[in-house]
Amino acid sequence: MASLTAKQAGLASCHVCKLLTPLAQLAARRGHCPRCGSLVHQRKTDSLNRCWALIIASAILYLPANLLPMTHTAHLGKIQEDTIISGVIYFLSTGSWPIALVIFIASIFVPLLKLFILAALLISVHRGSRWRPVDRTRLYRMTELVGRWSMVDIYVVTILVALVKLGALADIEAGAAAPFFALMVVLTMFAAMAFDPRLIWDQMEDPRDSSNE
Amino acid sequence: MDQYIACHDCDLLHTARSLPVGRIALCSRCGAVLYRHKRNPLDRTLALALTGLILFILANSFPFLAIKQAGLSQQTTLISGIIELYHEKLYLVSLLVLLTTLVVPFLELCTLLYIFLPLRLGVQPKYLAVSWRCLSKLRSWSLMEVFMLAILVAMVKLAGMATIVPGVSVFAFAALIFILAAACTAIDPTLIWAALEESWRR
Repeated sequence: MASLTAKQAGLASCHVCKLLTPLAQLAARRGHCPRCGSLVHQRKTDSLNRCWALIIASAILYLPANLLPMTHTAHLGKIQEDTIISGVIYFLSTGSWPIALVIFIASIFVPLLKLFILAALLISVHRGSRWRPVDRTRLYRMTELVGRWSMVDIYVVTILVALVKLGALADIEAGAAAPFFALMVVLTMFAAMAFDPRLIWDQMEDPRDSSNE
Repeated sequence: MDQYIACHDCDLLHTARSLPVGRIALCSRCGAVLYRHKRNPLDRTLALALTGLILFILANSFPFLAIKQAGLSQQTTLISGIIELYHEKLYLVSLLVLLTTLVVPFLELCTLLYIFLPLRLGVQPKYLAVSWRCLSKLRSWSLMEVFMLAILVAMVKLAGMATIVPGVSVFAFAALIFILAAACTAIDPTLIWAALEESWRR
């Protein structure tokens, strides 16, 4: 058992209780784990297609999320509409660059980076690439970890909307971008969950591909 | 096949051996965490989950920020923000905020208590497999630490416009994030797997 994967050994690992079950025994139980009763799959079902669909949908939502205004601010009679980028520029101009950096990284940079990384991983799996599997797995873990932080802008808007109700002095309302942005973040999180990193490693075991690269 | 474990990230089979307390077993090929041996896992997880529940109630009973300008003042709780979004017809966004900052963290704490209180008392929780599965799903949608960052951003954003006063709730929230993270790392999954094994053998 020096370097054998569960798949090569004809086993499927339960993602809930980690029990390894031979495929034949699993089929007899209609795919349910004999230890905990969860449905067991050798690989996430339809991982590549689901991941592509979610990435494409989020990429489309990324446009309205960044082009439409996120907030409407009325302050001392002036009405101002802010997109995410104009908010970042505003913070830079007023000198609070740490906040500008947080918003830029969480709302603009991370979602885009995540879409590119996931797309690159998917393409590498489609092409049967054997290039640096450890690093590709690390990249995947990173996308899973950082995705949640993109929600920060939605929460900022929630807090501002609730807090700033000072009558004629100041008022903040959420803009049209908010639902697009929220949905985009949720879909990228689902996309990361849909990807199965074991597909990266399946290429390493396939002896037919040893001549490639 | 009990003595073997497959890496959840690269599928490599490993022989599962018992670890010294406090050590973690990593996959030899991709470095993912395979399993760990925790000190006092039941007591710690249970204590932290109970603390978390108390902090959760505190965090949601008091206003977390107040704003003052020209004699006018306004304060907000988490729920009032969600209600305000709902009034502005942003149903999807308000639902999402409600789920990720209130419902999911609360369910996460309840699930922890549901699993670990009976186990501590030596009883098998009836729906252990289902609740254990839910716990891992819930964790990825519990976004309180992101909300905490948003509180900080909002405070800085409004600092130039009005006076911002942080409330009791902000501190309860900050503590809750660390407690919940600690509760989740205190869990020893091998213990749950063993408990699942027992409930199946019975």
